Amino acid sequence: MNDRTNRKAEWIAFYTIIRKEVQRIIRIWSQTLLPSVITTTLYFLIFGNLMGSRVGNLGGFPYSDFIAPGLVMMSIITNSYGNVSSSFFGAKFSRSIEELLVSPVSEHTIILGYMTGGIFRGLMVGILVSSVALFFTNPVVTHPVLAVILTLLVSSLFSLAGLLNALKARNFDDISIIPTFILTPLTYLGGVFYSVHMLPDFWRFVSYANPILYMVSVFRFAFLGASDIPPWPALLLLITLTLALYGVCWFLVRWGKGLRN
Amino acid sequence: MLALEIANLKKTYTGGQTALKGISLTVKKGDFFALLGPNGAGKSTLISILTSLTLKDSGTVKICDIDIDKNFAEARRRLGVVPQEFNFNIFEKVAQIVQNQAGYYGIPRRLARERTEMVLRQLELWEKRNVQGRMLSGGMKRRLMIARALVHQPEVLILDEPTAGVDIELRRQMWNFLQQLNCTGTTIILTTHYLEEAEQLCRNIAIINQGEIIANTDKKSLLSMLDTNTLVLELAKPLKKAPVIQNAQSVLSDSQTLELTFSSRIPVSKILYHLETQKISFTGIRNKTNRLEELFVRLTAKRAS
Repeated sequence: MNDRTNRKAEWIAFYTIIRKEVQRIIRIWSQTLLPSVITTTLYFLIFGNLMGSRVGNLGGFPYSDFIAPGLVMMSIITNSYGNVSSSFFGAKFSRSIEELLVSPVSEHTIILGYMTGGIFRGLMVGILVSSVALFFTNPVVTHPVLAVILTLLVSSLFSLAGLLNALKARNFDDISIIPTFILTPLTYLGGVFYSVHMLPDFWRFVSYANPILYMVSVFRFAFLGASDIPPWPALLLLITLTLALYGVCWFLVRWGKGLRN
Repeated sequence: MLALEIANLKKTYTGGQTALKGISLTVKKGDFFALLGPNGAGKSTLISILTSLTLKDSGTVKICDIDIDKNFAEARRRLGVVPQEFNFNIFEKVAQIVQNQAGYYGIPRRLARERTEMVLRQLELWEKRNVQGRMLSGGMKRRLMIARALVHQPEVLILDEPTAGVDIELRRQMWNFLQQLNCTGTTIILTTHYLEEAEQLCRNIAIINQGEIIANTDKKSLLSMLDTNTLVLELAKPLKKAPVIQNAQSVLSDSQTLELTFSSRIPVSKILYHLETQKISFTGIRNKTNRLEELFVRLTAKRAS
């Protein structure tokens, strides 16, 4: 096979992985797409409407408008992460991952294929949750290109994080520990429901160590045009983290860590 | 030309267990080759290394003259694998499983669909194409794994215990299928516990024990290592005592079953001639044991002692 044929074969394999992932997401839509829509609707009802009317404005915006970007971002993060960690670990557990491992597919194609699956679910849920937000907020997207770039970056980063989790996991408990004990607390403490400027100095300083704070803040900037944190350094941080995580995943898959004997 | 060339292959697992102690082995193109060995002998490790699911410590492996370390993609394209345990996504439909595998090998979707139909029809699974993998019977699951391994039309097909847990009728069907496949030029390498299977199907046989190859030759030469033969005759008329047969030791198991043990150098026809001269007629004749099994037990036991 020459280089061109090899590249074509890799593209077909890449498309096959994505197709398989998309089919899976759609087949079990009640587990993959619906829960975030229900949760976000409840958040908007309770925090946005019932409590939000008492909170008033935050950062110059109605409370429901203020929390909307954070809620969308939270859904993108948890879904892109959850998609890859459960799908890849499921394949590892059932040993169907061997279908890929014995084939000529390169490590890059495997990683990018699963990552794209995670991005797809993140985007789908992001669109659905944004649609829900339309019923409760005054829709404004000040910087749409930035919103799209950030969505792609964040879903890529958390898809890779999910893959890393799945590569390291030995049982189903291992893939629920990180979302439960790390991801969810960091998301809730990432300024989804409040402005970091409302915190005392010490806790504000601690919050700056939380990467999700930057994602939520920049996403809010893309929507509302105002943010706690300047967007460009945050984007740079995100790109760096994504590349670093990709490198770690590639190393693990290349040397079969957690996959081959 | 060689389908498989293994040189000085070594593998020791992290726990310190040495699975392969420097194995060298060659399989010719078009061969039907059996790899035999007791449990824990190193068969599965060897197959795992060929399929890259286990990483070797040292040694070289070439598939159709392609070194797996130098051009892993090309080597893998030439190889089809049917593992011992089911390893497909049980929630996917039969056709999807096969079609996806074709995709991983870079086969365009349209061609993949045609090939999927072809292999599923060959293995009598076409009617089940829209059924989830979990709904199939054990035999069907095994055939599905063969279909999946064949969809990219490999030059070498490796089957790890392909008929384990399969009923006799299906086993015979699979034997026929594999023989036909071999006739079309596909090299087949199989590991099996059913030594009868190896004796029926394979032309060349290697026996692996404790991580070493202890025999590797054609079936005929291997079987010639047996120095005695035992025939069991179902007698037409009962006998009270065992007859004296020249060049053979005769024992009556019961009044109508006679066992004759003789040197494997003596032609069976000569023994039968002696029976004829004594007017001993029989209604049935068979080998007392599977010859290969007897040899296998002897070789592995000799090694252990």
